[in-house]
Amino acid sequence: MRTKIEVRDLKKSFASDKGPLAVVDNVSLTVQEGEFVALVGPSGCGKSTLMSMIAGFLQPDAGSVVIDETLRTRPDSKGILISQQGSVFPWLTVRENLMFGLNGHAPSDKRTVAERYADIVGLKGFEDSYPHELSGGMLKRTELARALAVKPDILYMDEPFSALDALMSLRLRNELLQILAKERHTTLLITHDVEEAIHLADRIVVLSPRPTRVQTIFPVPFGHPRKVAGREAQELRVRILSELGVDREEIG
Amino acid sequence: MARIKEMLPALALITALIATWWGAVIATHSMIFPTPWAVITGTFELLENGTLWRHIGASLLRVGLGFGLAVCVAVPLGLWMGWVAGAYRTLNPIFQILRPISPIAWIPIAILWFGVGDASPIYLIFISSVFPMVVQTTVGVHTIEKRYLRAAENFGVSRRTLFRQVVIPAVLPQVIVGMRIGLGVAWLVVVAAEMIALHSGLGYMIMDSRNAGNRYDLVIAGMIIIGLIGLSLDTTMRILEGTKWARWRYAH
Repeated sequence: MRTKIEVRDLKKSFASDKGPLAVVDNVSLTVQEGEFVALVGPSGCGKSTLMSMIAGFLQPDAGSVVIDETLRTRPDSKGILISQQGSVFPWLTVRENLMFGLNGHAPSDKRTVAERYADIVGLKGFEDSYPHELSGGMLKRTELARALAVKPDILYMDEPFSALDALMSLRLRNELLQILAKERHTTLLITHDVEEAIHLADRIVVLSPRPTRVQTIFPVPFGHPRKVAGREAQELRVRILSELGVDREEIG
Repeated sequence: MARIKEMLPALALITALIATWWGAVIATHSMIFPTPWAVITGTFELLENGTLWRHIGASLLRVGLGFGLAVCVAVPLGLWMGWVAGAYRTLNPIFQILRPISPIAWIPIAILWFGVGDASPIYLIFISSVFPMVVQTTVGVHTIEKRYLRAAENFGVSRRTLFRQVVIPAVLPQVIVGMRIGLGVAWLVVVAAEMIALHSGLGYMIMDSRNAGNRYDLVIAGMIIIGLIGLSLDTTMRILEGTKWARWRYAH
């Protein structure tokens, strides 16, 4: 396998009333091509800041992000970020949203591509709807389809499903896995949900509280489809949670 | 049926006010202040000899030209000021000083520059409606949510696409709010301008009715017509707020 993302000694601090506040402290990380890596950490630890730097939206104070052996300085459409709050344009229809990022296609091609991805994520028949007419789950699907339509090498997902109810989140996770089985994107997922990480990822990186560092890395040695409720998966969950500072008794 | 029921209190109040007015005129034996009936017969008199239509037409034409010109200037200027920080820093202080000056205060200068023809009121309407629209458009650009601009940056779209599919649709609801304010002000100003410097329009009609023989029935008829036309102008702008270009903003 080839190295896709190489994060070297990333550091970032922000100005605050009490002087500089270190948020990310010396994070190094390597992601292979086609790999699914989940970053798990306590809330407020700096996960999103780390992701913003890897995706190119934020410049690190020190260290570097190398993608495909090129230094990353700004975002581009080879790596699409999907965030918790979502960024589906409310003034465009689903179809127009899906066509948005398709530069350099002929208009009729854009339409075809948009329709194909609407179909893949189960939005067929809703192409002419506006986002405010859709449910939260369908909005996420639109966002995912818009990202997939540009065929990105990398998907950056920042707590993408955390605003959804448990059932919808589980459904979308399964759909994401089905899509990734067909179109292998390198994926970086931020989550605070350990079960979600075990369900989806090939490797789980546990981050420390702020300023965040890589604390431990757990490989997830299970094939897909996975049983998150299985004994081995539960054991892994307990190990990750205790790494995050949750006691065995509290897990139950 | 439900709508009629909702409007019932307002209709009852209007009826009560007219009745009080009528009763007061009769009780005080006023020779000058007209009864509601006199206002109605006065209105018909104006309708029959055609002067009412001429005055309404003159006022609407002035508002149309002054306001139209203001839209053409304010929207591009507001977009520019919203997008380019330097333009905002340079122009905003001047606008903040000019904006609180009552359009009435501009009348002497308008007459000095443009004489007593149609150009004066058109200039006054322009100056009074351009500022609220510039301000609203600028605010509209400044309040575009960062997540949408970030998404556009992520997909690496051209500047043209950025403006056509993100900035302009995002700002349109604010532009329409600005237009609604601007048109309201324009309608206030046209009447005032016509009272001072002109020989046509509803404002002139009111002053002329008083000067040429204390025809207060026509004065009040003119006032009511001004109110009704103002209301219908505002209703038109509100219909614009309900179109698909603006609806996404209010639909939640």
